[in-house]
Amino acid sequence: MAVLEVTNLGISFGGLRAVDNFHVSIEKGQLYGLIGPNGAGKTTVFNLLTGVYKPDSGSVVLDGTDITGKRTIEINHAGVARTFQNIRLFKAMTVLDNVKTGLHNHHSYSTFTGIFRLPKYYRVEKEMDEQAMELLKVFDLDGEADYLAGNLPYGKQRKLEIARALATDPKLLLLDEPAAGMNPNETQELMDTIRFVREHFDMTILLIEHDMRLVGGICEELTVLNFGEILCQGKTSTVLNDPQVIKAYLGE
Amino acid sequence: MTFLSYLKDGISLGSVYAIIALGYTMVYGIAKMLNFAHGDVIMVGAFVILTAITKAGLGPVPSVLLGIVFCTILGITIEAVAYRPLRKASSNLAVLITAIGVSYLLQNLALLIFGADAKSFVTVIDVPSVTLFNGQMTIKGITIVTIAACIIIMTVLTLFVNKTKPGQAMKAVSEDRDAAQLMGINVNATISLTFAIGSGLAAIAGLLLCSAYPSLTPYTGSMPGIKAFVAAVFGGIGSIPGAMVGGILLGVIEIFGKAYISSQIADAIVFAVLILVLLIKPTGLFGKNIQEKV
Amino acid sequence: MTVMKKMSRTSKNNFINYGIVIALYVIVQILSATGNLSNLLSGLLVPLCIYIIAAVSLNLVVGFSGELSLGHAGFMCVGAFSSAIFSQVVGDSIPSLPRLLLAILIGAAVAAVFGLLIGIPVLRLRGDYLAIVTLAFGEIIKNLINILYVGVDSKGLHVATSAASLQLEADGTQILKGALGISGTSVLYKDIKSWYFLIGVILVLITLFIVQNLVNSRSGRAITSTRDNRIASESIGINVTKYKLMAFTVSAALAGVAGVLYAHNLASLKVSTFDYNMSILILVYVVLGGIGSVRGSIIATIILYVLPEMLRGFSNYRMLIYSIVLIAMMLFNWAPASRAFRSRVRERIASIWPGRKKEA
Repeated sequence: MAVLEVTNLGISFGGLRAVDNFHVSIEKGQLYGLIGPNGAGKTTVFNLLTGVYKPDSGSVVLDGTDITGKRTIEINHAGVARTFQNIRLFKAMTVLDNVKTGLHNHHSYSTFTGIFRLPKYYRVEKEMDEQAMELLKVFDLDGEADYLAGNLPYGKQRKLEIARALATDPKLLLLDEPAAGMNPNETQELMDTIRFVREHFDMTILLIEHDMRLVGGICEELTVLNFGEILCQGKTSTVLNDPQVIKAYLGE
Repeated sequence: MTFLSYLKDGISLGSVYAIIALGYTMVYGIAKMLNFAHGDVIMVGAFVILTAITKAGLGPVPSVLLGIVFCTILGITIEAVAYRPLRKASSNLAVLITAIGVSYLLQNLALLIFGADAKSFVTVIDVPSVTLFNGQMTIKGITIVTIAACIIIMTVLTLFVNKTKPGQAMKAVSEDRDAAQLMGINVNATISLTFAIGSGLAAIAGLLLCSAYPSLTPYTGSMPGIKAFVAAVFGGIGSIPGAMVGGILLGVIEIFGKAYISSQIADAIVFAVLILVLLIKPTGLFGKNIQEKV
Repeated sequence: MTVMKKMSRTSKNNFINYGIVIALYVIVQILSATGNLSNLLSGLLVPLCIYIIAAVSLNLVVGFSGELSLGHAGFMCVGAFSSAIFSQVVGDSIPSLPRLLLAILIGAAVAAVFGLLIGIPVLRLRGDYLAIVTLAFGEIIKNLINILYVGVDSKGLHVATSAASLQLEADGTQILKGALGISGTSVLYKDIKSWYFLIGVILVLITLFIVQNLVNSRSGRAITSTRDNRIASESIGINVTKYKLMAFTVSAALAGVAGVLYAHNLASLKVSTFDYNMSILILVYVVLGGIGSVRGSIIATIILYVLPEMLRGFSNYRMLIYSIVLIAMMLFNWAPASRAFRSRVRERIASIWPGRKKEA
């Protein structure tokens, strides 16, 4: 069964149909790419999937559960985590605390326990520290655990955002232009990381990308959006050779 | 008839609030800061006018002009010395606290110079009253002048912002300061101009306020300042017609609250209405709804 | 390894803050024992505790949940009046110390309820709109208590909006007289009045304990995350409203405690004290001490509260000096130009003194 099953998803802003009849089916463990020119509606699709916007048509089913029109936090609880095009870290918190905040719903103790430092506080905090450090190690960030997130270099901030999203233990990870602003070396390294995340966490990933090399290198299937509508959908090699896609990207 | 008479009083008080609120709202729209000291500029304006008439023996017109010029210069100076260095500070609380500091400074300077006793304000505006409905209702000259001043100021400001080059620059700076700078607009000058206009208006507001309620202390500007700030938020902060409508509504609600419910909780009523409006329309009556882009 | 280091660093920081407060207490005791504590200064000690509690609790909202509140005095007001009414009604039927303890709990609870009820609508708003609405609520609370009359007689508690409509029996007494407030609460505690500073210090320590432990816990991380990036918080499944409301309510409860101390320290309690100027005064302590820094709040309150009192000799000039110092300190602390200048100076010093470690 597909982890994500989207049918006929759409939204209008004012008179503009920003996304129309969007549909996709992503299998477990798949690395799926969503591409398209600027303003094609890619991020809007992410916002619809994560409850930032409420769709006015269509449905989103995650692993058999209907999450259409639910609130962002409910959708995260159901198992969707994301990163943002313009990195959104908790900048004034430490790298470790960023990830621990991601673990919030999986390691719990009451506020009372926290204030009065009951034994459970120490036990759960230790679990969280260990698990967060493990995640940071995966992304080679364990050395910077004490740094403020805002002080990390750009590439590491991107990685930290992925680590924080993974901390919520999602079934589906959405990455919004993870390679934006990176140089070729960093992009290469990021590709390796994404592949590794998929293997290591057995994760299903949907990513938005501009960098065609990155997309061609790691995604099995692609959907191309143009003016809010699906232009083409299928296996990566087929899609990238589609004359319509080439036209949309390179112009006439 | 009493209803109409209260309405008239409300509109008159509201007009003063509206003029003060215009200063708040323009500064907020362009400099994106709450200028807590704005109310105290009103007090300074009133003191300058009063001193010019009683001590320097100037006539009403030169005195008022002097008050306006003084406040305009004061506004520009405050902005340049206290606010501008903090414009790019990492927290906008910094400039808020500085504004509070400026407010204390103006109050205490006035306290030192003029003392804490209430001074009775002289009659500056001498316009005869109008009697309506066979003598059943009298409209005082100051009321007429206040309402007229409010309408004129509002019209002139709207024309200024929409039709003149500096006005357009103000609009641009309020939309996007960085983009405006890139387009060659002198952001510093535009913000200075905004403070100049706002503070000049404050002097006029001080004159009208003290003519209607002729008792002047170093704290005179404080509460009307807060109320006008509420009026600006009420109408949608940053919006000129919003400040106008908000100010007048606030004045009317306050006078009606005093007359029909209780003079002691009139302020509570004003604030309760503000809360209700904001809960229904979180950016005020005329405010633009800006959603953060994800 | 790094984790352990970090844990110990936060708890070390917390203990330094307790240490500062205890040291303050010890210094005052030494001064007092050696006869070096002036009357003026000793009169400032309890209010100082009150303002530290108020500032640290406000910092929870402004510094950690990132919402600007201008109504903190309103919660102090609610705590002050509810607890003073309790003390007056109960009178001598309970010994002073347990009575004061109960009064503190009642003041905190009533303020917490107000915090919750006001927080629910207010926290739907953002930024400056939230600020003005908290200011509005503070003024409404002040206005309403201003027309409130409370009396007690053999038939029980009477509440009305004028003295006449209280309709007290012959044996009744008026407790709260509208704008005249409540008088004589401190008289009820004559026997423990000399312990007030110690009680105040203990309450400060409890406030620090609650705020610091809350901030460094799971809920505290959630609160701080909503400050840093609300949208990201939601995306990782954090209920932003719940945690903002939690910070707001806890902060209100602690402000209520400050209010209780205020009400029981004075012979007469008037509602006009708790106006927006008081809220602003507390906000000044928080911002000047450093947003989100508990220690900063403590130190800024000590300096800024004691400074104007020390300047009493300059009479009229003292508030003028205070306002100039305030503006100068804000510019020095926050202006980007001043910050750049200071970091250049630091680098210069570091290059002259290679042994001196650079700030992390």
